[in-house]
Amino acid sequence: MKRYAPQIALIAVLAVSLGISMMSSQLDAYYLDIALNVGINIILAVSLNLVNGHTGQFSLGHAAFMAVGAYGASIFTLEAADQLIPMLGGPSTFATGVAFLIALLIGGLCAAFCGWLVGMPSLRLRGDYLAIVTLGFNEIVRVILQNTSGDGPFGGPLGLKGIPAHTSFFWVFAIAALCVYGVASMVNSTYGRGFLAVRDDEIAAGSMGINTTRYKVTAFVTGSFFAGLAGGLYAHLRTTISPEGFNFLKSFDIVVIVILGGMGSTAGVVLAAIVLTVLNEFLRDFEQYRMIVFSLLLIVMMIVRPQGLLPSLPFLKRKKA
Amino acid sequence: MEQFLQQLLNGLFQGSIYALIALGYTMVYGVLRFINFAHGDVFMLGAFTALGLHKAFGPALASMPWPVSLILILLASMAICGALGIIIELLAYRPLRNRPRLNVLITAIGVSLFIEYTAQLFFGATQRPFPELIPRTPVASTGGLTISVAQVIVLATTITLLIGLRIVVMKTRMGLAMRALSLNPTASTLMGVNNSVVISFTFGLGSALAAAGGILYASLYPSIEPFMGIQPGLKAFVAAVLGGIGNIPGAALGGLIIGITETLVKGYGQHFGIPSGYSEAVAFVILILILVFKPSGILGKTEREKV
Repeated sequence: MKRYAPQIALIAVLAVSLGISMMSSQLDAYYLDIALNVGINIILAVSLNLVNGHTGQFSLGHAAFMAVGAYGASIFTLEAADQLIPMLGGPSTFATGVAFLIALLIGGLCAAFCGWLVGMPSLRLRGDYLAIVTLGFNEIVRVILQNTSGDGPFGGPLGLKGIPAHTSFFWVFAIAALCVYGVASMVNSTYGRGFLAVRDDEIAAGSMGINTTRYKVTAFVTGSFFAGLAGGLYAHLRTTISPEGFNFLKSFDIVVIVILGGMGSTAGVVLAAIVLTVLNEFLRDFEQYRMIVFSLLLIVMMIVRPQGLLPSLPFLKRKKA
Repeated sequence: MEQFLQQLLNGLFQGSIYALIALGYTMVYGVLRFINFAHGDVFMLGAFTALGLHKAFGPALASMPWPVSLILILLASMAICGALGIIIELLAYRPLRNRPRLNVLITAIGVSLFIEYTAQLFFGATQRPFPELIPRTPVASTGGLTISVAQVIVLATTITLLIGLRIVVMKTRMGLAMRALSLNPTASTLMGVNNSVVISFTFGLGSALAAAGGILYASLYPSIEPFMGIQPGLKAFVAAVLGGIGNIPGAALGGLIIGITETLVKGYGQHFGIPSGYSEAVAFVILILILVFKPSGILGKTEREKV
């Protein structure tokens, strides 16, 4: 039984989230909304952790991939879902569900493609270039979206509105569970040792015959895919999206979660996503101090406890340089 | 043709400011091998320091002719921001010496966010008008070209600072130590260079140049806010990479190229189907192109990583 524990946990989370989703109308809308935010942030943080934590690269543009996913999924839902639903046997829960799943996947794949496009040139180089390229890519995406025409499919600077609210508890937590499961089993597999090897010492990994660029690109594309899914979920939760919502400050938010949770520790990052999202919600009155405190935390953490609040397992831990 | 020359000139002024900021990135990268994200925020603090000084000593400064008050404000702000740069290095980066580069990078992001949001808390998020330190009147309009006094002063100041920097790096003992440190930190210690002092000096010098850049930038675009440093900072970084990071003349060259390209896209892009709004993204497209074709930059040397 113990061998299948992760799979059982995955199925259990899926079942529980379906159950909660069915009775979501009886739950308090405010707390439900916070819970959904938590789920989306878990997806974002765990997927970024694959790049920044496990593979030791540093992406600062996760919000850009989220934006690509959000726009991809929303445009599909707004433009094509009406034609698709009759083909699936008319408006039913099943048909809308399938259409939403397709929209999410399209968003995720668009984001993954962008990830490949950005990752290919920059991942051949050392880590800090990726930081600046992804930051730049974030700006490129925002500028392009802002300069689209207001009545075109992208909606210009005001963005898109009237996106149907398809995102439910089930969708968010099913995808979050799949993301956590996917990333964890990827990293813990034989193949996945390559990610950790690249992080620990790129030159040594390369000389052991590991194709470091390929590992880095794989991690980056997978991370982008999940960021795209999170973007699609976000768009269908908020029902409006605008280019400004995906600026680099959003990317920093995700980076802060990953760093405080402990880079390379999936459990730590999930915990940090929960704590920071809830904390953000309750500290709304202290909005102007929030980022000051977070940035100070970031600096102090790097000096005092660079491995994060909940570091990864000891045998995976990086030895002192 | 005249319009083209005008655009080229505008690009030159814009680019010379990017060059000033890019120098700080390149120098810090040269000695410490990391991207100082907070550099763009020192640029912003430079503009705010000048604003504060102008408010505090307004009557005294008003009695002087504008070039004197400009030089006083410029030098005072550069000194204050230089000191600030040294303090930042001392508090945030020094404890991380010899730690993995990623940790230093994250700290730099933390410092950057800290400066931005603290500035927002103190100065407010709204745009503030920047005092007219340099008259914005046009100085010459020959042959259809218009150049303002501010633009001339910007260019002259940049050139002066560049020459000054060149002298410091090439002719002084401190400059020799900086070059030695960037070549090989261990060997320079063995030769009696006090690395910590040199690093502090480099941070101070880079921050002072960023502050000068901030004041000049605010003189051309006279409204300032706590997040104004992010965009020019990023573009200046791209300029440093374009010229070859760690290479001082390269940073100046990269700054000019970015400034001119940006202005040309803004002015002529629509003829080729590129909306002028895209000029904001030009620098980043250039960045991706350099990383594909020549990651070491125009003047940079290819470095092999040794074990």
